[in-house]
Amino acid sequence: MLSGFLRNSKVRIGLGVFAAFLLLALLGPWFVSSVLDTTPRAIDYDALGQPPSADHLLGTTLPGSDVLAQVIVGARGSVFVGITSAVLATVLAALVGVPSGFLGGKLDHALTAFTNLFLTLPSFALTLIIAGYVQGASWWVIALIIAAFEWPGGARTLRSQTMSLRGRDFTVAMRMLGESKTRLVFAEVMPHMTGIVSAMFLRACVAGVFAEAALSFLGIGTTGSVSWGTIISEAQGQSAILNGLWWWFVPPGLCIALLGTATALVNFGIDEISNPRLSAANHKLMKRFRRAAKTAEAGVA
Amino acid sequence: MTFWAALTFNFLIPRFMPGDPAATMLRRIQQLTGQAPTPDQVRSVRLFFGGAREDLVSQYLRYLNDLAHFRFGLSLSEYPTPVVDLIAQALPWTLLLVGTTTILAWIIGTALGAYMGWKPGSRFDAIFAPTTTFLHAIPAFWLSLVALWAFAFKLGWFPVSGAYDPDVPYQINNVWFLLSILKYGALPALTLIFIGFNGWLFTMRNVMVTTVSEDYVLLAKAKGLPTWRVLFKYAARNALLPNVTGLALAIGGILGGVLLTEVVFTYPGLGHRLYRATVDHDFPVMQTIFLLITLTVLIANLIADSIYVLLDPRTRDEG
Repeated sequence: MLSGFLRNSKVRIGLGVFAAFLLLALLGPWFVSSVLDTTPRAIDYDALGQPPSADHLLGTTLPGSDVLAQVIVGARGSVFVGITSAVLATVLAALVGVPSGFLGGKLDHALTAFTNLFLTLPSFALTLIIAGYVQGASWWVIALIIAAFEWPGGARTLRSQTMSLRGRDFTVAMRMLGESKTRLVFAEVMPHMTGIVSAMFLRACVAGVFAEAALSFLGIGTTGSVSWGTIISEAQGQSAILNGLWWWFVPPGLCIALLGTATALVNFGIDEISNPRLSAANHKLMKRFRRAAKTAEAGVA
Repeated sequence: MTFWAALTFNFLIPRFMPGDPAATMLRRIQQLTGQAPTPDQVRSVRLFFGGAREDLVSQYLRYLNDLAHFRFGLSLSEYPTPVVDLIAQALPWTLLLVGTTTILAWIIGTALGAYMGWKPGSRFDAIFAPTTTFLHAIPAFWLSLVALWAFAFKLGWFPVSGAYDPDVPYQINNVWFLLSILKYGALPALTLIFIGFNGWLFTMRNVMVTTVSEDYVLLAKAKGLPTWRVLFKYAARNALLPNVTGLALAIGGILGGVLLTEVVFTYPGLGHRLYRATVDHDFPVMQTIFLLITLTVLIANLIADSIYVLLDPRTRDEG
């Protein structure tokens, strides 16, 4: 499974880009301070709102900060919120979805109702309102709020997966042997879901980056720290558009889009592996096969 | 049930938040009117936000009673305009924008997706699949910014903000007024459609790919029916189901995207209103808009369920 997973080119590209951003988030601030020898808030009075040049590869903001430094350091804020909210959301989804599917009965009913409730609530509006009350929150709080609305979809998927695993021969056999339910769930059922869980995690991660950017853009994120969202927000707030400073708000948005594309690629790859009919490559192969068969037929005739 | 939960959320959130919304509100009233709030105002604010001596249960009952009688209170940032008036002004613009863009994006996405899934691996599929993956990953508000910069500022093709020409008399039966609505709404709408269709395209393509190789489609092809007929009558009709339900489920997400786009284009709809309310701590407006959105999502889900039953006889309950 794992080797097939890595052989899929979509998965490989997606994971590569994702890893690159992860690295950027980890080493970004160090890289900016030691290699570029600047900080995201340092002001270059000789270059206020300048287009990209040799001195500032991505130009400067209106107050004279280096955009490249901001984008690199901003990766940490964005990726931190993305990953933290994704971890929280995935854990919540597993805690609700797996017992619900495995144990069934009244507990299942209650948990399903709870999941559906969160699934239908308009999450963005609610996030906005909550964030509005908690002004100037830390990254942790933002991640927590985002996670609170990220988990229901995953819980639903995990529930149905658990239900199907519960009926398989090996779990039935284990149950007959008198294995405890907790051990069954953690040692036998959970390992079979690593694929789904990791896809879920990636999706939640990007959703978190998106939500953080949107919140920051509205001026509801944290104040003081840099993320891709806050860069775009500052650009908008200080009329980057009016002044034509496109290099200020274009790079952070592209980073978000790139990260989103990477995750989507991984997910498509996973879909193709579990459902080979979706793969365009396979269709091409089939076509070539049919053509070859036809020419062979023609040759015989 | 969800609606009740939303009501309760709305009631509880301000009461469990750090800080004191009631105090903020009183300060605001003082700022706006220039004089200390009257004891009457203090009491009503306390009642609305808690902090009064009344216990939580009776506060809750009073809150429900107010809502049942459509009493949504007064706006704080535009005191003393009733919240209902502010929302009534904003709602038509959002409905216009959401309505047209959602429908157009859905039609474009579903049609292209059906075509893509019909011949997977074709050149069309090979070019479009990676492009749409990327487009789908773009945050709507950022694309709005870029579009605003490129088409409104650089090229000057579209107006920069607002929803209609302020120089034209505000009359619904005036042709020039209607044309200006079209002109002002075009850029936000195009941005939303551009972002929106990609999601539909993918679900449609993937379901289509599996449907195309089903026996009944093969049979239809073998019978020699025209391609378009097989495509639309046989394959697409059945592949449409996830997109129909998806449409309803996505309403919540679509609203999120529209809210941000409205902020970028200063389009005077609900999103812009909600944003301003959030910035101004205008709690009554925030809560009412949230309730409205929840209600919309719930109704959309209800409609989707009924359409689903119409399209797929298998889900019909044969008593």
